[in-house]
Amino acid sequence: MGRVWIRGGRVIDPSTGRDEVADVLLEDGRVEAVGHDISASDAETLDAEGCWVTPGFIDLHAHLREPGQEYKEDIASGGRAGAAGGFTGLACMANTDPVNDDPAVTDYILDRARQDCPVHVYAVAAATKGLRGEVMTEMSALVEAGAVAFSDDGRTIMDSDMQRRVLEYSRLVSKPVMVHAEDLTLVRKGVVNEGAVSTRLGLPGNPAVAETLHVARDIQLAEFTGAHLHVGHVSTAGAVALIREARERGVHVTAEVTPHHLTLTDEATLGYDTNTKMSPPLRSAADVDGCAEGLADGTLDAIATDHAPHAVYEKEVEFTEAPPGVLGFETAYPTVMELVRKNRISPMGLIASLTSNPAQVFDLPGGRLTRGSAGDVAVLDPERKWIYDPAKGYSKSRNSPWAGQEMIGRPVATFVDGALVYHVDRGVIFP
Amino acid sequence: MMENGLLGIQELAREDIETILETAIHMKEVAERDVKKVPTLRGRTIINLFFEPSTRTRTSFEIAGKRLSADVVNFTPSHSSLSKSESILDTAKTLDAMDPDAVVVRHGVAGVPKRIADELDAPVINAGDGAHEHPTQALLDMLTVLEEKDRLDGLTVTIIGDIAHSRVARSNIHGFLKMGAEVRVAAPPTMIPAAVETLGVKPFSSLREALDGADVVMALRIQRERLAGAYFPSVREYAATFGLDRAKLRFAKDDAIVMHPGPVNRGVELAHDLADHRPSVILDQVRNGVALRMAVLYLLAGRRHRRPADEGGNS
Repeated sequence: MGRVWIRGGRVIDPSTGRDEVADVLLEDGRVEAVGHDISASDAETLDAEGCWVTPGFIDLHAHLREPGQEYKEDIASGGRAGAAGGFTGLACMANTDPVNDDPAVTDYILDRARQDCPVHVYAVAAATKGLRGEVMTEMSALVEAGAVAFSDDGRTIMDSDMQRRVLEYSRLVSKPVMVHAEDLTLVRKGVVNEGAVSTRLGLPGNPAVAETLHVARDIQLAEFTGAHLHVGHVSTAGAVALIREARERGVHVTAEVTPHHLTLTDEATLGYDTNTKMSPPLRSAADVDGCAEGLADGTLDAIATDHAPHAVYEKEVEFTEAPPGVLGFETAYPTVMELVRKNRISPMGLIASLTSNPAQVFDLPGGRLTRGSAGDVAVLDPERKWIYDPAKGYSKSRNSPWAGQEMIGRPVATFVDGALVYHVDRGVIFP
Repeated sequence: MMENGLLGIQELAREDIETILETAIHMKEVAERDVKKVPTLRGRTIINLFFEPSTRTRTSFEIAGKRLSADVVNFTPSHSSLSKSESILDTAKTLDAMDPDAVVVRHGVAGVPKRIADELDAPVINAGDGAHEHPTQALLDMLTVLEEKDRLDGLTVTIIGDIAHSRVARSNIHGFLKMGAEVRVAAPPTMIPAAVETLGVKPFSSLREALDGADVVMALRIQRERLAGAYFPSVREYAATFGLDRAKLRFAKDDAIVMHPGPVNRGVELAHDLADHRPSVILDQVRNGVALRMAVLYLLAGRRHRRPADEGGNS
């Protein structure tokens, strides 16, 4: 394998705290050197002047839809979209068809990823069989097959005793249990954040307390069982406060937040665009603010996209009937850069939440740029302006609330294991 | 704001509302004639697209269209075929290809008329969408109040009942506020929607306080089968606390009028005798509904397809 010399970029590596203009040399799939005195005339070079050079992004929360819903996305298309978004690692959720509740499904997913996917794929297995919340999955066998975490994401284990047992049992395999924290008895038919917007729209509201109540329950259960709880897609300021307080008293709880919950409020829903329907829903400005604050102070470890592709026709229905979720990979970096531009978070803090922190939460390789670490690198132009058109993206689906909007900031190049898999001028480069 | 149809009162300016109400007053003259038909919309096609059954509203629109000599076609998709296999936008595109001059849409889910309007060339008239808006109902209510009180500005309007699930309440709140009235809402807290003050109204849980000094009292229909037990304990308790009768009406102004969008649950939201007699104006509301819908159809369906050449030739 060859050598790649990434020259003159601003290297931001949260694993070491390095933030300076430097060169990065990749060799044999790994980082060979980071510094100023690199000379590698025989290497392929990439001029990164004006760009950030960071570890490749790691997404703890993606729906790649394979097996079973390949009309929305598959591992090949999702992986390409990920590469175009600066991601080098994607953790895919278990709500496939069949559900990833069996080592054979985990094997299949990881096999497909090895065959036709430019980025690393990590499988999150179901916590209960069929995501039904009744019988727990064979966690040891699933971990042996490669599962990195357990989650019934998309569903919620409402039975508190079942959730307790899942958390307790997860200690056997030392893997996090990731939750979609919504009390479904409070959500009922709610499709937009309950508040002024739901009242104006006349659509059923989903109150913030549905999330905070469930987060409170799961924190209590995590504390009681000593397990590692990972709260998916936090959307409320109240949940951030609960998690902050729990961490302060030593509960093993980690959490993530999506780009859309960091940058959009429920007012985006005022035109009834089903591409603004998410689960949990877009919340109030105070919630967006609370999430940004939680990200900046480290209460929320990671930015995760909850990339959730749906076919165009599935979204072209009544707001109440449309499946929730939006695309996430290709818009993640430019949208969250808004927080840097508004001085809500430092570049180092932002990159940590996209790289080293998620790597740590799920105990994944990557997330660092040090000699010997994986050659997974993102080269990002923080100023580059472009118009996002989902039809020109790599996902099979188009459900984005940012379609047609101007973006500031764009991944310029993505390297996986030392090889260039995406360049903004050449597109995805993968056999 | 009426460029592309009538989707809600929220989008209208006060002047738009005044134009519609003035036009409706002219239309009432037609209704009082022996032959209640004028050729204004001859050759024009109006499609009534009702996804949710509503005999009253649909009939009102149908009569309004026919009195203006339009061809009125009722398109009532079967509930099952629609939301399962054909998307809303498919339906909209299909209708658009038939080139109607106006489409009247009723749907159980908020926002559907807006999504259809985004796809259609023809103006869309919202005939009620979920708990969002029912603009022609609010306009006919304003017309009825205007006839009774000679003004809307400065009046106090109290709306009683399930505000949370009511499109009639929302449209009337937007409408009366735009016309300069004070609007109050009264209901058990379970039926007051979140952040209702952001609409510009004051919520009351005491009916007596809500009625104090009211010029107009509007009772909403209680969906007893859907709500009893979940949003209020029983029909009996609701009738006792928020049901309007002559005794409670005494808290309002002496000349207060009583309105209801119909159909009335007698003995629940309105006492039996109050539903039929003054100060109730329920049948005037129904009568005004036809004239008001004639006005809306005239203003919207009447001006379509007039290419510059046609206009030049006719005027």
